[in-house]
Amino acid sequence: MNTEENKKAEFSYLDYKGRHKGIFAWILSTDHKRIGLLYLFSILSLFAIGATIGLLMKFELIAPGQTIVNAKTYNAFFTLHGIIMIFTVVIPGLPAVFGNFLLPIMIGAKDVAFPKLNLLSWYFYVTGVALVVISQFTGEGAPDTGWTFYAPYSFRTAGNMLPAVFGAFVLGFSSILTGLNFLVTIHRMRAPGMTWLKMPLFPWTLYATGWVQLLATPIIGITLLMIAGERLLNIGFFDPTLGGDPILYQHLFWTYSHPAVYIMILPAMGAISEIISTFAHKPVFGYKFMIGSALAIAFVGYFIWGHHMFTSGMSGSALYAFSLLTFLVAIPSAIKVFNWIATMHKGSIDTQTPFYWAMGFIFVFMVGGFSGLVLGSLAANVHLHNTHFVLAHFHFIVFGGTGFAFFGAMHYWFPKITGRMYDTKWANIGLLFFFIGFISLYGPMFYLGIEGMPRRYFDYDEMFHAENIISSMGAYVLYMGAMIIVINLFSSLKNGARATANPWGGKTLEWTIPSPPPTENFEEQPIITKGPYDYR
Amino acid sequence: MNATADIHRDDMASKFGMWLFLFTEMLLFGGLFIVYSVYRFRNAEAFHLASEELSVAVGTINTLILLVSSATIAMSITAVQKSDKRLSLILLGITVLLGIIFLVNKYFEWGEHITEHIYPGSSILSLRGHGDVLFYGLYFFMTGLHALHIIVGLIFIGFTVVAVSRNRINSGNYVVLENCGLYWHLVDMIWIFLFPLFYLIT
Repeated sequence: MNTEENKKAEFSYLDYKGRHKGIFAWILSTDHKRIGLLYLFSILSLFAIGATIGLLMKFELIAPGQTIVNAKTYNAFFTLHGIIMIFTVVIPGLPAVFGNFLLPIMIGAKDVAFPKLNLLSWYFYVTGVALVVISQFTGEGAPDTGWTFYAPYSFRTAGNMLPAVFGAFVLGFSSILTGLNFLVTIHRMRAPGMTWLKMPLFPWTLYATGWVQLLATPIIGITLLMIAGERLLNIGFFDPTLGGDPILYQHLFWTYSHPAVYIMILPAMGAISEIISTFAHKPVFGYKFMIGSALAIAFVGYFIWGHHMFTSGMSGSALYAFSLLTFLVAIPSAIKVFNWIATMHKGSIDTQTPFYWAMGFIFVFMVGGFSGLVLGSLAANVHLHNTHFVLAHFHFIVFGGTGFAFFGAMHYWFPKITGRMYDTKWANIGLLFFFIGFISLYGPMFYLGIEGMPRRYFDYDEMFHAENIISSMGAYVLYMGAMIIVINLFSSLKNGARATANPWGGKTLEWTIPSPPPTENFEEQPIITKGPYDYR
Repeated sequence: MNATADIHRDDMASKFGMWLFLFTEMLLFGGLFIVYSVYRFRNAEAFHLASEELSVAVGTINTLILLVSSATIAMSITAVQKSDKRLSLILLGITVLLGIIFLVNKYFEWGEHITEHIYPGSSILSLRGHGDVLFYGLYFFMTGLHALHIIVGLIFIGFTVVAVSRNRINSGNYVVLENCGLYWHLVDMIWIFLFPLFYLIT
């Protein structure tokens, strides 16, 4: 009996034979690693759909006038693109995939605190996605409000809003439960000896993210319920003809949706910290400041929602307060960038693919961050609000930040997750295409925005034509880069060389166990005596 | 031993998780409290007059019912701790009964308003002005959402009744019942805020 047990323990989580067979061994599994992969495949599929819609939108914008779709379809496109990319890709992205897979391993635990709840979160996620998809094909027509569901249009439009709004509500539930699970896991299940200040930075950022998920998401929940109430019962919360206030909707919406940006970016910052430390072979510079700045970003992130509404109508003092607080967020963000650079300083840098992704991340994050400061200043905002400048800014931050970190994390932890190495040459080529495509897609939008091209229109003036051609071409290059990356990773699943337990020389706990990890993660409970980045 | 058979039990973690969940519930209603405050501030007069139309007597009775039910569920936890299964089941039964009585009261209260054509979207209500529309809109939405929570709570208590009677909740393992109690107290507490907001402040 004892020897049989030991054999089982050596099985990787991929070979493990549980009670269920075939696909059920995955969709009924409560193993955090399998759930992480369920999220990975769901999110990659949705990313492919969202990116394809984005590509079609750029195709439409390649020339003035109608190119391939009419205005109504274009409105449906940017709505669906937004809902999919925000609610189902970048918000769950890093926490649900890499957080699920790696959080328990990195803190030396067997699983998350509530494995069944974890699986339930994935089912909520799938239900939410299904509702969003249903909204496209039933009722009077696809939703056309944009992902922000602004009142009063969201309850006046003939578009089929209810399933989409309810889908976003259910996705919020999934996000809350994941955050709750991680918080309890981090509080209760750290390995013996892993004090708070011996915990690696990726779990730390997941901790900060967990609080944001928990404390911000209910607000969008109730706001979406109110929108549903408006549509179903005609209550009048946000309807000016009944005494309601549409601006109040915007406040409630951004009370969640601004912190949501930090749900997206904080775990990305954590993953980048891990990557840079590993490939510089140096401890993260200013480890405590990295923790402090993550918590500060999460905290200040609650109080700056108003900067989405500078032109909506607010009192002057509110405008100044929101603008000032917006600038404050730049401080912890800059601390992080400086610390990443300082970590690399005098390190023996191993330029592997994940490291290049981290460099790309820092670059696009800084461009996105600096343009955010431009938008945070009141006078400039009046000119730039609702133009392509805003579009460029948030794609640099949200897609650039989260996307570069997501793919970086994927290349970093791929050997651990799959037990295979990937082809570095093709991975780097993919990254090059991705980066060039990214810059040429979103770079021109800054200029277009300053010149005054508004967002969310399917048509534009002839004067914007040249930059739009560059931008649309960039979209193709970006799309091709993403395809190269994904195809390379998939083909490596079969053809890649076997990965060793620690191919990069990382110091955190996940590199101390075999690749792929055994079902139980650790054969023996690890006891922590040293800090997370113990390089000599 | 394999992963699925490895039962990891941490009552502290379960309760911690429940408290975090209750946080989110409070924030969910918090959004509505903000909306209420904004519109009360803007339509002070109309809110004042509209709230006088609600029956303070029924509201008071419902408040008492929920307070007593919170006490009975807390007592049922103590009964389980002392291994008195029968008493615990009786107390849980009383809690469920009180919850149902609350809903019945609410049903008649709502029914009366609806027969007077006071409900969201009613054209007669909209003739009475913006303040009334918003007051009753909020009234129906917030008490409705609260009633939904009562129903969820009753289902939750129903599960614990089954678990207690099958000894799955016992003096050695009662964290589920404790969590159920926490949830029920939260539902009770939200009502304690709703009651003055709609019935008492004039």
